[in-house]
Amino acid sequence: MSAYRRLDVKEVGDVTVVNFRDQKIIEDLRIQELGQELFQLVEAEKRKKLVLNFATVDFLSSAALGKLITLDKKVKANNGVMKLCSIRPEIYEVFAITKLNRLFDIRRDEGDALAAF
Amino acid sequence: MSDSQWIWQCDHVIPSRPEASREVQDAILAQMERLNWGEHDVFGVRLALEEALINAIKHGNHYDPAKHVQIRCGISKDLVRVEIEDQGKGFDPAAVPDPTDPENLESPCGRGIMLMRSFMSRVEFNETGNRVILEKTMTPPEKESD
Repeated sequence: MSAYRRLDVKEVGDVTVVNFRDQKIIEDLRIQELGQELFQLVEAEKRKKLVLNFATVDFLSSAALGKLITLDKKVKANNGVMKLCSIRPEIYEVFAITKLNRLFDIRRDEGDALAAF
Repeated sequence: MSDSQWIWQCDHVIPSRPEASREVQDAILAQMERLNWGEHDVFGVRLALEEALINAIKHGNHYDPAKHVQIRCGISKDLVRVEIEDQGKGFDPAAVPDPTDPENLESPCGRGIMLMRSFMSRVEFNETGNRVILEKTMTPPEKESD
């Protein structure tokens, strides 16, 4: 049984690929839980290469962006690398408007993200 | 716009709980879809409503169960107008730092108002800052499909 409630986590070589179970990442408690699970991957499990695959996500709010930013800081503090992929156009627009497309390494799909390590 | 031009209207007073706000959001978005608004416009209104309502409930009313949020909405064939008012002290939207400034780029909060302004046609706060008017004009079909 998975240790995660909000995430599906798999290993591809030495890279950890994370998929989201929620189509809409909005609800406050779920975002907190999502953040804790993502932070656990980096802080407790010391995973250094992460791909966040957004293929299942059709909506997220600015509160979810906040968790991704905090996660990015934790990954960097742990000398790790994180890539995002498979972001639908409207959500990519959210990243572009807030200029977070400059902070995050965003790739077209999971194959591109894995090839970029 | 006069009331007679709205095809659909609602007026709700909800408790300061996000799940209560989502019922109203869902009703508004369902009406937009029913009235053939495009996917991008619906996404933008969903995002602006989510951000504005969380602002009202969390930063305005501080989740206080004694305080409420009023949501008034009108939808015509080419305009969505939503007015959201909380019972908080208000704030000065001009004092919110630009989240895209390099020094703020890694801050985990402060993006909601920028997203509202980007996705909506008009965003206007009252002087106190506890009421916001959001308007979205329908995107012409050729732009929607870009």
